[in-house]
Parts: sequence; C-alpha cells; structure tokens
Amino acid sequence: MTGTLPKKFKDSDLSPLIRPNALGRFGKYGGQYVPETLIPALIELEQAAKEAWNDSSFNSELNHLLKTYVGRSTPLYEAKRLTEHYRKNTSKGPRIWLKREDLNHTGAHKINNALGQALLAIRMGKKRIIAETGAGQHGVATATVCARFGLECVIYMGKEDMRRQALNVFRMQLLGASVRPVTSGTATLKDATSEAIRDWVTNVESTHYILGSVAGPHPYPMLVRDFHAVIGEETKQQCNQAFGRSPDVLLACVGGGSNAMGLFHPFVEDKSVRMIGVEAAGDGVETGRHAATITQGRIGVLHGAMSLLLQDKDGQVEEAHSISAGLDYPGVGPEHSYLKEIGRAEYAAVTDSEAIEALQLVSQLEGIIPALETSHAFAYLEKLCPTLNNNSEIVINCSGRGDKDVNTVAEKLGSKI
Amino acid sequence: MPFLMAGDPDLETTAKILLELQANGADMIELGIPYSDPLADGPIIQLAASRALSAGTSPDRVFKMLSELRDQLTIPIILFTYSNPLVNKGLEEFCLQASEVGVSGLVVPDLPLEEAEKLSEIAEAKEIDLVLLVAPTTPKDRMKKIAETSNGFTYLVSVTGVTGERSSLEENVGSLVKQLKYSSSIPIAVGFGISEVKHIQQVREWGADGAIVGSALVKRIANASIGMKVEEAGSFCKELRAATN
Repeated sequence: MTGTLPKKFKDSDLSPLIRPNALGRFGKYGGQYVPETLIPALIELEQAAKEAWNDSSFNSELNHLLKTYVGRSTPLYEAKRLTEHYRKNTSKGPRIWLKREDLNHTGAHKINNALGQALLAIRMGKKRIIAETGAGQHGVATATVCARFGLECVIYMGKEDMRRQALNVFRMQLLGASVRPVTSGTATLKDATSEAIRDWVTNVESTHYILGSVAGPHPYPMLVRDFHAVIGEETKQQCNQAFGRSPDVLLACVGGGSNAMGLFHPFVEDKSVRMIGVEAAGDGVETGRHAATITQGRIGVLHGAMSLLLQDKDGQVEEAHSISAGLDYPGVGPEHSYLKEIGRAEYAAVTDSEAIEALQLVSQLEGIIPALETSHAFAYLEKLCPTLNNNSEIVINCSGRGDKDVNTVAEKLGSKI
Repeated sequence: MPFLMAGDPDLETTAKILLELQANGADMIELGIPYSDPLADGPIIQLAASRALSAGTSPDRVFKMLSELRDQLTIPIILFTYSNPLVNKGLEEFCLQASEVGVSGLVVPDLPLEEAEKLSEIAEAKEIDLVLLVAPTTPKDRMKKIAETSNGFTYLVSVTGVTGERSSLEENVGSLVKQLKYSSSIPIAVGFGISEVKHIQQVREWGADGAIVGSALVKRIANASIGMKVEEAGSFCKELRAATN
C-alpha cells in the first residue's frame, strides 16, 4: 500500500515558506472559509502568533512551562521487545522507537498546543476560552491550561462522545470547565467543532477559540503545527544522539492530524525520511463505515479549510466511523492533503480490530497501554515491518496513553469491568 | 426579502411558497440550499436544513424545481449556499446550472472576500451576482473593499453572531449602514436577526435598501400545520410588505 510512491514534488514544494503561502494555502488546500465576522479575529491571531514567536519572553515562558508543567522533553524510547516481535526470532528487521508523548501532563500530545494557544490568548487580552473535543484529550488539555491561567473555559463535545468518554467529561468538570453537549447532526467531533465555531462567531470579541487540530481556517493549521513541532524537533535531536542520524521512517496516526504534523514538520525537507500517516478504517474502508479521509475522501470544504473530505455525491459531509473518538472526523488537516498530493507523505488505514490487537500487543510487550488513536499507528507495523530493510530505524509517535479507552476496549473484548 | 429553506418540509411545498411570497409582495427571495454543517446558522435554520436533507433535498433537485417554476417566478431568486456543495459540484458547473434556471444571485456565508475572487468572476460570466457579506466586526477599510467587490447588493450582517430571531436590533447597525453607504453606492440589505415589522422600518429609516427575514419566516413555516404552510408564509410576507409601503 505504501511502497515507493512516485515523487511528484520539487525541493521548492517542501519549503516552509509556502507551507502555507501568504494566503494560508498549502497548494490548493487550506484557506479561510468562514463567516466574515471571524476574519478580523483570524487576522489578529495570525499577527499575534507572529509577534509572539519573535518575542524572546514568550518563547522562554513557553519553554519553561513545557519543561516544568508539561514535563518535556519526552523520551525517545527503544521498544526492544516490539522490535524483537517483528524480527520473529531472526536478526533481520527494523528497530522501533517510541516518541513518548503519552508521558506528557494530561496523557497526550494535545497539551503542547493548548498551552501555546492559552499563552497567545492572554497576550491578546482574551479571558474566555472555547474548544471542541472528540476523545476528550484536547478538552482536558484545554481545561487544564485554563485552570492553570485562570481563564473561563467552555468545551463543546458531541453527546455520543460524552457517553463514550465519560471519564474525560468528569476530568474536564473537575478542572472547572463547563462541558456543553452537542446534539446536532451526528453528535460527534464534527458537530462539536461546528458548535464551537458558532460560539466564536457570537462571542469573538471576548473569546479565543483553542482549535485542537491542524484543521480549521488559516492560521490554525500552521499555528497548531508549530506548537506541536517540538515533538519532531526533539525527535531529530534524540535520534542523532541514539544512532547518529535521522530515522528512516516516521509513523503517526491521523484524525485531524496534529500529532503526525508535529512529528513530521521538522523532517519535511529531509527527503531521506519517509513519513507515514495512519488513518482509521473503522469496520473496513469497503464497508463505508470508516474515517479514512485521505485514502477515501474527495476535495471539499469543512470547518473553514479546503482539504480532503468524506462527503456524499451532493457535497453533504458524511459521518465518520471509528472505535477511536479522536480519529472519528470526516475531515483532515490541509497540510496532510498537500503532502499526500505531492507524494511527500504516505497514508494508509487500519481497522478497529487491527488497532485493538495492536493495543494489546504493545501493552503486553512493552508495558505501555497506548491510546486507541495511537494504536492505529502501531497496528500498521504489521504491514510495514516486513517491507523495510535491515537496520531501518522507525519512530512511532506514541501520542497518548490508553487509560481513557480501557472501558471501550473491555466492551469490545467482551469483558465487564 | 424573505429567506426560506428549500425542501423544508419538501420541494413541492417550497415551490408553492415561492409563488405565494411573490404574490404577496416579496421584492426578491433568498432560497437556502440545505447543508449538513451550516456554520453561520442558529438552531432554527439548522433544523430546517436537517428536515430538508431528510426529505432528500439536493442542489440538483432545487435546480429542477426552479426550472419548473421558471415561467411563473418573475422576481429575482438569490441562492444561499455554503461553500462545500458549490465546490463539490464545481464552481463553473454550479453557476451554469443556476443561471439556466434563472437564478440572479448567490450568497455564500462561509466565503469571505479573500476566497471570493474566483467565484465572483465565474458567476459574473453567467450573469449571476455574487453577494458578499459585511459584519459588525469588519474594519472600515475592509468594508470598503467588500462593498466594491460585491455584486447586486452588499449583505450587512446585523449581529456578531449566527442567524436567528432577536427581539431588538443592535444600536450600531445604524452606523454600520451609514458607513457602508459612504463606502460604495451599491444597495445594502440587512439580515440576521431581522424578525419583525419594526426591525424592517428601523433599518429602512437608517437608510438600508432592503431587509432579509429568515429565521422568523422559517419558524412560522415549520410551526404551521401541513396544509397551512403556504398560506402562513404568504400572510407573514404581506404583513412585512405592508410595513414598508
């Protein structure tokens, strides 16, 4: 499925200067498809981010909090037993490393972005924060930083997701956030995002919207990526220390695509590094019940960005299906659509069952229970490992911990807790 | 200018309501194409879109209905659609089909100035006006650019928020109308939250050329019994019309 893709890109296509361009586009993807009411706020946000990155006091505060509050840097861990497992008692096969984002405060990569955007909101003088959440990880991360800085926090969450992720709902409430159930449409992440945007349209002057993925209107895909790029930057340095060069393959799960983009970003121009994003195939892409946007979607517009999209023949957005609430989204970040189009990144999809198997395997071999989202990336090792050369080095973004998913997994495996 | 959602509860009723609104003095009609994720709409129009989609409404069927009404419907029809149904069909193809059934204008609430240029050219070639929106948060210099780029009229969003009924108009609408008139000579229609006769009188006093009544009409149509929807829409339109004479 991923083999060697035809490389359609020129070096200039990979330049950070055009990812995105001045109009907020990654090739034809991206842009700002939102009501006019929000445009001035998006312009203000882009400007504020630009000034912040150029301000050493912002950078030092962010770095200080990433270290002392989030717990960065996260380790690059050599998964020896997982490596052995895929070598199948031979000495041949790739070596597998985990970038341990699951060890961050709140248990996933999401807090890198939530923290950065909260600092931006404070710079912009906005005291009310809203966010959408699917699995609840971004909601928890946002509620956490709002508590840390004394900001009012409202989280929009689909009613169906609130049922699937009751533990995270309670965590958010414990942190002082108000969680608003969204019942419109399919009552999942896409509808929660629409409702968050409607709130922002109404309260834009007092409120900052901490969007949780590399999706949405410009500047969000760039902004969220840049706050997560610390994942890839640390990985680059840690690989150099561990084995003296960059890895051969980067592997990450993709729903909206923030953990993948954070890992990929510092490596995009280094063509020796293969980048693979793994989507959720749900019950199987052939069943129509899946969330494999890049592998199955068509170009469209959702939540402010042009990107690939799961939609019907009339352009109505289709419901996505995945056992993992965090991947259950019919859209995908525009930069992923671009990297796929130019052939710089590869994308594959694995089913619910494959992800559940991988979750058990990693738990039992490494003593690490990965999130269901993350388990999709692990599951792809089955197909990937046999195709790789000996001495290949793979880095998987271990984007989140699986504690939140224990009930779902138990239900799926027929156990009662 | 009344707004209604095509296909709520079904397209046969929509066709009758369009003619009834025309008979009761509507100057033009804004017709919504239902979309699954209407970001700029409040609950009333969201629900109307859901009902219309459940009834199987699609852009193609809306075009077919309009083509069947072509001889009877003489006032301008402005289509209100989100970007995705447009992109899905292709901008050229959408404008071509719209123009063939006599559509005069297009309002795309999630297509701001920066994204509008390409569509505006394509629409103009098919003699369709792409109407752009100005919001209370729009800075003055940007307002001028939007008014200069907009065709047909400029749609002034009267509230910082989504569509829906409101009991009173925000006081700054008057100065927004004035500002917009100063920016360009293009007509101005005020929408979002215009739900009563007194709102229409107020925006006319402030100098607007038109007012768009959406959620209030959509709600009346929704609440009326099956046999009364057409009549209810007509009588509400007549009431609003009388206020402007």
